[in-house]
Amino acid sequence: MPLVNGGKIADDSFVKLAVDTPLPESGDILVPAERFVGEADALLKRAGKIGVIWPNNRDIAELVPYLGRITVVALVFPTFRDGRAYSQARLLRERYNYRGELRATGQILRDQFVFMLRAGFDSFEVKKQADAEAFMQTAKRYSVFYQPTGDGRITALHRRMQLRHSEGVGT
Amino acid sequence: MYAYDEIDRTLVNERVSEFRDQVKRRLSGELTEDEFKILRLQNGVYLQLHAYMFRVAIPYGTLASNQLRALAHVARKYDRGYGHFTTRQNIQFNWIKLAELPDALADLAEVGIHAMQTSGNNMRNVTSDQWAGVAPGEIEDPRIWSELIRQHTTLHPEFSFLPRKFKIAITASDHDRAAIKIHDIGLRLIKNEKGETGFEVLVGGGLGRTPFIGKTIKHFVHGRDILSYIEAILRVYNQYGRRDNIYKARIKILVHELGIEKFSREVEDEWQYIRNSSLQIDDEVIEDIRSRFAYPAYEKLPHMPDELRQAAADPDFEAWRKNSVAPHKVQGYSIVTISLKPIGAPPGDATAEQMDALADLADRYSFGEIRVGHEQNLALPHVAKRDLPALWKALDKLGLATPNVNLITDIIACPGLDYCSLANARSIPIAQELTRRFANHELANLIGRLHINISGCINACGHHHVGHIGILGVEKNGEEVYQITIGGRADEGAALGNLIGPGVKFDEVADVIEDVVEAYLALRERPEELFIDTVKRLGVEPFKERVYATR
Repeated sequence: MPLVNGGKIADDSFVKLAVDTPLPESGDILVPAERFVGEADALLKRAGKIGVIWPNNRDIAELVPYLGRITVVALVFPTFRDGRAYSQARLLRERYNYRGELRATGQILRDQFVFMLRAGFDSFEVKKQADAEAFMQTAKRYSVFYQPTGDGRITALHRRMQLRHSEGVGT
Repeated sequence: MYAYDEIDRTLVNERVSEFRDQVKRRLSGELTEDEFKILRLQNGVYLQLHAYMFRVAIPYGTLASNQLRALAHVARKYDRGYGHFTTRQNIQFNWIKLAELPDALADLAEVGIHAMQTSGNNMRNVTSDQWAGVAPGEIEDPRIWSELIRQHTTLHPEFSFLPRKFKIAITASDHDRAAIKIHDIGLRLIKNEKGETGFEVLVGGGLGRTPFIGKTIKHFVHGRDILSYIEAILRVYNQYGRRDNIYKARIKILVHELGIEKFSREVEDEWQYIRNSSLQIDDEVIEDIRSRFAYPAYEKLPHMPDELRQAAADPDFEAWRKNSVAPHKVQGYSIVTISLKPIGAPPGDATAEQMDALADLADRYSFGEIRVGHEQNLALPHVAKRDLPALWKALDKLGLATPNVNLITDIIACPGLDYCSLANARSIPIAQELTRRFANHELANLIGRLHINISGCINACGHHHVGHIGILGVEKNGEEVYQITIGGRADEGAALGNLIGPGVKFDEVADVIEDVVEAYLALRERPEELFIDTVKRLGVEPFKERVYATR
């Protein structure tokens, strides 16, 4: 499954651990939430970067105390149609100011890229090679956005206000 | 009506090109049907019994004449020459070819029409009062706010994959023509003591398998906060709404399971985080949207023009005028409802020729504007009274002057088993038979206001729960069986109907309805007591006794 990071296909330095996989001595690891919360102190002490795989039915606020010390938060889309992780992503970015890598995992097609970028994701485990290759092109598909989110894109309402003022409406 | 600017047009075009790519990937096999299903549903494309069905949005029920012509064009070029207006201010085409869909969308995009989110588990078309902006006594035009919410809910990055579909309706009149109490969110536009605009917010209404009337979650949300408040409701729903069972996934179930107090506390907590954010709307934004709604330059006209006085001698004209013409907020003008319920025809259908002709009539008599109501009828919202006789003649020639608005033959029905793959029973033939039974205008008038709603399955697209008489088709041992309820209503006094007895077979439905109506005529206190009021006064029992005594 190709990883798209920083807008292009990239190598994934992270190894995913299951709940009971022995802890490797070094290297970057992605740990399931329940194991992470249970062994946080030990995990954070070891060499190598650490990330957590957070399920979409667990309160994301639980992760807040650790956010400064982890490199990746991987949120999960168990099916294309299950959109809970979009809310978790926005909360992480906009409420809890998480600045590390925010990774979308699970059933990821090109048709979600724009939504995901807007919700704050910046890396993607994409199901199909063709979709991963189409990332840049797909990400630029829209130039108009109606809703303000934490991604900083200018909304349609805001642009209209700028236009009004530059045209001197009402003067 | 609202005029799209370059920004809106760009977005619609970008959506068309995205959908074109999705269709291409499906046709090439790059997307499986399962993957494509969700993508097509987000753009109003269902797979029905015989073909793809394509649902196009008519936001808050407002159409310009050139837009209606574009719908006629789609009906003619890509379908079989007609369209079907739905109960949620959409139009459906039943025979579309997948490969041609992107072109149909592109043609519609040229006049600012789209099909975004007309199906799927996302925020659906925002609906409103079809008399918005012209109804006497209206607080203010709810379409300004509808448009604001339409924009905000379009391609929302967080809420496009909700547990289930999500519908918002807005009204600004005492008499609720938008059925806000049977919506996921219902908004009633009101003013606070300072004269500022805001909304009473209702949540958790909906029909389907488990019907609920919406409950008030907040008595007043200021207009500037309405987007953040809606966003808070959606965020709670997106995270906690059930996804394990499609029949329990609507917000009404979450509200019911948590209780309205707990649910509203959750929303309130979430809202406190986001209300003072960029979601706050200032007056300038509202003014900008308002400025792109065109309002007609009305003339100063007499209350009773000569043309109307003279036409009053024609009893057919008078019957139509009394039935289909409603008061307008401006003197000398009227709102004309156009019945899409001719005797013996499927409710809500219009041919391409009728749509084109109506567009011409709208240009001539209604400042180029047409409205679509949830009762599956159309309206011309700004007709000068002096033009009523000429308009009536023209409508009559088109088969669009049936004087049965709000009468027993003004039936709301879903497409049913004739088209729909979800249906268990036929709806349209029941409606057609009923219109024949009550075809006599004198009889229908004598009965007075009476809404019959028919659904061909438990999903309740025909809103049978809130029909004065509701008819629900189900399947029992391989046979169509119809359950009949009375006493439902969809307006400000919204209520769910009650069963009057055991289900009846297809062939017996019209007889039973005739018996119900006969019982009403015998039971009503005086001719002015409407069916719904008689049921309210007496309950179901006396009806049950009379209807089932001989069965």
